[in-house]
Amino acid sequence: MSLLKVENVTMRFGGVAAVEDVSLSVDQGEMLGFIGPNGAGKTTLMRIITGVLRPQTGRVLFRGEDVTRWPVDRRIRAGLALAQQIVKPLASLSLVDNVALAAGAHRMVSPLAALLRTDRETERAKAGALLDFVGLGDALSMMPTELPLGDLKRLEVARALALEPVLLLLDEPLAGLNQGEARAMADLIATLAGKHRGIVLIEHNVREVSRICPRIYVQDNGRGLVDGRADEVLASPELRRAYLGEELA
Amino acid sequence: MAYEITVLTTMAISILFALSLNVITGFCGQVSLGHAAFYGIGAYTAALLTKSGIPLALALLPAAAAAGAVGFVVGMASLRVRDDFLAITTMGVAFLFVGFVRKQEMLGGEIGISGIPSVAFGRPGLLALSLLCTALFVLLTVHIRRSWMGFAFDSVADDEDTARILGIDVPRFKLWAFVIGTAGAGVAGGLYAHHIRFIGPDSFGFLESITALVMVIVGGIGSIWGVALVAAILSVLPLFLQFVDDYKLLLYGVLVFATVRYAPGGVAGLARTLAMRIRR
Ligand SMILES: Nc1ncnc2c1ncn2[C@@H]1O[C@H](COP(=O)(O)OP(=O)(O)OP(=O)(O)O)[C@@H](O)[C@H]1O
Ligand SMILES: [Mg+2]
Repeated sequence: MSLLKVENVTMRFGGVAAVEDVSLSVDQGEMLGFIGPNGAGKTTLMRIITGVLRPQTGRVLFRGEDVTRWPVDRRIRAGLALAQQIVKPLASLSLVDNVALAAGAHRMVSPLAALLRTDRETERAKAGALLDFVGLGDALSMMPTELPLGDLKRLEVARALALEPVLLLLDEPLAGLNQGEARAMADLIATLAGKHRGIVLIEHNVREVSRICPRIYVQDNGRGLVDGRADEVLASPELRRAYLGEELA
Repeated sequence: MAYEITVLTTMAISILFALSLNVITGFCGQVSLGHAAFYGIGAYTAALLTKSGIPLALALLPAAAAAGAVGFVVGMASLRVRDDFLAITTMGVAFLFVGFVRKQEMLGGEIGISGIPSVAFGRPGLLALSLLCTALFVLLTVHIRRSWMGFAFDSVADDEDTARILGIDVPRFKLWAFVIGTAGAGVAGGLYAHHIRFIGPDSFGFLESITALVMVIVGGIGSIWGVALVAAILSVLPLFLQFVDDYKLLLYGVLVFATVRYAPGGVAGLARTLAMRIRR
């Protein structure tokens, strides 16, 4: 079954079409690589899928339901999660609390239920395990301001995982990591796709994308260019054209 | 003894009033410049009820409900606006309230309501009731801090877009902050009306809203004991020092400026820094 369906979505900022008539689908258990040059509209499409932005035209379907008009938090609680390109740690909370908050989000639908609950240990334990998983096991009680960008990227991933999403959107999670770290992180991400979970991985690091993603979708200038098996996409003339003048990693 | 009772009652009511704003502005990060309106709604509601023979202890419940209900409406209206616009909207509410009261004959119009009955057991009775209400509210806010509601408030205050991306229903939590905070202000207002025994539109003007905000900022945004301490001091300072009463706005200006410039964490933040230095 198709987990996510984006249908003919267009998003304009003033005169600029950041995303233009894009359609895309992601299936259960699928690991989709999403590449494209700077300004291609990748982040904008993620923002549309999560509801941060409302597209001028088109629809977003999640698990068969039209969620185009849903607010962000409702989509998240329905099983979406986004690790953002521009890291957004909650600066006043420690790392473990940043992740624990996400881990408890599903139990916080009702403020009354939230008021009646004080115990954070279950969520903190889960947060600790996730932070350990992404390589931040030693930094649990540190504040986000004390960490370098690469680690904040890991925090984004841990926080997104804490939501236990069925569709995980990762916007450049390898940025800020060196080659070895990027490889390790990509291996880790590869383990996350399961029978029920789909993943969209946005990356400029085409080497890692092609290594772990069986399918790749390319966008350029707001338009979908190619979508298909990784090896075929990487060999396609469309991709060469999109990256003309740029070196493919 | 009578004087001490007056001082303590003033303190208790001010602490309650400041802590009620602390839930909205301190915990949830929503700046309100109109908190006195809810103080006033509570005061008028309670005064009308006790004048018709209902004991204050009972009248405080409808006072809280009335203030909380209006708080809910204002909260709903405020969901679409943020930061400076929220400040302006809530300021508008404060002016609207005063303007409305002035024109209501039932509320005494310009003249206000006088002859508000004294409470059972007189001044000591009112002090006991004020202390009880304030203590209960302190316990409530301490509990909120520890609960997942406080956790959610932290995230909303920190960055509401990120809170949403983590699945937090931001508008609903904001509304709860508004309702809890404004209901608390309603109780404080009900007590205040029976402390002063006379209320008019001017008792709940813009200055009162600013006073509460100053207490929250100087106490240390979000800190329960810091805000309570500063509220206690600032509320009775004019009783001891005449010039404080004369130059209230000037004093507030200096305090807020000094806090923002030199100690953004307020009194609570200063104490924390100091404690850390001593431990080293
Ligand atoms: N909020 C906004 N307001 C105006 N223009 C925007 C906004 N967000 C994005 N854009 C523009 O839309 C286009 C697509 O931006 P987007 O961030 O989606 O690209 P991207 O593919 O994620 O790029 P990168 O690889 O650099 O992250 C760019 O031209 C950008 O300047
Ligand atoms: Mg981007």
